[in-house]
Amino acid sequence: MNQNPTSQTSYEPGNYVTINIGPSHPSMHGTLRIAAVTDGETIVKADPEIGYLHRGVEKLGENLTYHQFIPITDRLNYCSAIPNNVSYEMAVEKLMGIEVPEKAQLIRVIMMELARIADHQVCIGILGVDLGAFTPFFYLIIQREEIYEIFEWFNGARLTNTFGRIGGVDADLPDDFEQRWEELKPGVRKANDETEKLLTHNRIWMDRTIGISAFSAEDALNWGFTGPCLRACGVKRDLRIDEPCCMYDKFKFEVPVGKNGDVFDRYIVRMIEMEESLKIIDQAYKLYKEMPPDAPLMARVPKVIKPPAGEVYSALESPNGELGFFVKSDGSANPYRIRIRPPCYMMFQALPELAEGEMVADLIACISSLNIIAGELDR
Amino acid sequence: MDDWLIAIIKVVCIWVWVLLIAVVMTWVERRGAALIQDRPGPNRAGPWGLFQPLADGIKLFTKEEIIPTKAQKLLYIMGPLLFSVPAFSAYAVVPFGDKIILGGKEIILQVSDVNIGFLFILAIGSMAVYGVILGGWGSNNKYSILGGLRSTAQMVSYEVPLGLALLAIVFVYGTFSLRDISLAQQGTFLGFLPNWGIFKQPLGFILFIVAAYAEANRVPFDLPEAESEIVSGYHTEYGSMRLGLYLFGEYVNLVTISGVIVALYFGSWHMPYIDLGAYLGPISWGIVSFCIFFLKVSFFLWMFVWVRWTLPRFRYDQVMGLGWRGLIPLGLFNIFITALFIQLTV
Repeated sequence: MNQNPTSQTSYEPGNYVTINIGPSHPSMHGTLRIAAVTDGETIVKADPEIGYLHRGVEKLGENLTYHQFIPITDRLNYCSAIPNNVSYEMAVEKLMGIEVPEKAQLIRVIMMELARIADHQVCIGILGVDLGAFTPFFYLIIQREEIYEIFEWFNGARLTNTFGRIGGVDADLPDDFEQRWEELKPGVRKANDETEKLLTHNRIWMDRTIGISAFSAEDALNWGFTGPCLRACGVKRDLRIDEPCCMYDKFKFEVPVGKNGDVFDRYIVRMIEMEESLKIIDQAYKLYKEMPPDAPLMARVPKVIKPPAGEVYSALESPNGELGFFVKSDGSANPYRIRIRPPCYMMFQALPELAEGEMVADLIACISSLNIIAGELDR
Repeated sequence: MDDWLIAIIKVVCIWVWVLLIAVVMTWVERRGAALIQDRPGPNRAGPWGLFQPLADGIKLFTKEEIIPTKAQKLLYIMGPLLFSVPAFSAYAVVPFGDKIILGGKEIILQVSDVNIGFLFILAIGSMAVYGVILGGWGSNNKYSILGGLRSTAQMVSYEVPLGLALLAIVFVYGTFSLRDISLAQQGTFLGFLPNWGIFKQPLGFILFIVAAYAEANRVPFDLPEAESEIVSGYHTEYGSMRLGLYLFGEYVNLVTISGVIVALYFGSWHMPYIDLGAYLGPISWGIVSFCIFFLKVSFFLWMFVWVRWTLPRFRYDQVMGLGWRGLIPLGLFNIFITALFIQLTV
């Protein structure tokens, strides 16, 4: 069904129309802008422009202490703040050579996987909305609310969690976590199931997603894709397995891999990952329960964090892909330089190649399925 | 003189009635969406939020009217009118019940029983395209013109399968008049099936309903106003009651389309297997037939809502492909089969 009309009809470039999609447009996730040169409905050239949400996050880091920077990392990928916090904390811990207690690591895993589920729910829901299917969005967002309830009740924040501290976590899981978790699990599964019934084998959905903005594994690697979008292309790379941190090597879970790297594969990979995340949380919580109740939550960390001079890069598998922090210290209480490697910056660069020859409606589907979050794109 | 008076009363009554259904439909749409999506929906204005359409109407009427500086004023103002006036006129030939006898005078429950019947609906229905394309063009906005073009191509393309499905109906009933077709759907055939259009034209019904959804710009064919792609399509630049006329015209279109579906394919005001007209007095039968007709109409109205909140949206080229490569050959095939059948049996 995916025919490319450009091959048959070619107009003079003077007849092209430039449509300015964004920065203020219903389906631009945050403030993105794409100047699309179109030939009728077909995109000849899509020129992404970034910087509308630039807040100077990296520069801010140079003027704050190490702990003060944690709330700033919430504002990167605001759909799932916890992996951002943890990734930054891990970078500083690596620089200081701190070994985080196992119990704190388990709490981090549980919270990060919950955030991953929430992130994927938003991504799939919005993908549905952008393709005209409104209802799955609500089924998913209701469950995401339930996850946010757990976050809220853990430390009071829903969106900007400021989770954990350098060297561990600040608080233990609350007492009735098990009950809340057991209540949440069937709900998430049911919402996923309903979404699957409404979308996956729907003829219109398949026509709209299969083969759209397909990307080969080689191209994806060359552009620096990571996360679900890379796995959709057929590359089995997941930092949770390849470079395990936080005891991820102790859990058994599958890494779903797609074949064509199109919108449909990205959607399916995310759907399966949610199920796998549920399994990981189950295993992590089982290990957590075996820990003695008075096991430490924090490593021994000085009151004022002054890492020795040096530099470090540390990354983990955030819901969107490899989220890396480069931290350079000159031995003082403020970082000398912080550089963030967000996953969707690399993917947004490939947009001209992904969208060329597709139609306007496919461009929107493509952006949604890449899960471009302006917060971590522009920083 | 009496005939004139009756005609005027019928025009006013049915106009108000269609208007009322369209208003209630905006409420049903939201509450239905909320029901499907596990949320309460608008429930603050009045009982069950029933006054919500009223509040919306007040809002739309009191908003400031803005005409974009570079818009073509005449076309911009004409657009909504050209869209909503045909929407209201089309219902004139659709029946809304059998007949009622008042003071020894037989009154047909239909504004006008013209012998060209649904040719009138097709003609008037295609006028609405002008409202969309001129509104889109006059707004001087790229999203609007894209929406207008999409809508024009779609409505013109789907007029063909719609016409083909209706042609097969003419073969079966031998008339264009919706009232005559309605009357012919009484009783049963083959001994057990109600004499309804859907049983005589099953393929034609499917063609008709798909094409009707596309004509009404409803999901899954709502790409002229796909908010995720082209903001609001042809009415991006519209505000206040001009926008209201577009939105309202769509709901009126839905009422007309549902009325036509019921009149042609679902036995109009007849109940299956039982002829209530034989048992009831002339006045009560008039009222009952009206109720039966609108019960059926409300089912199809609900189906529009139901489908809208279930399916994703097609892409532009897929809509065109479905129309030209799928529905039109099927429509021709349907005509061929119908003609063959009639030729062999009569």
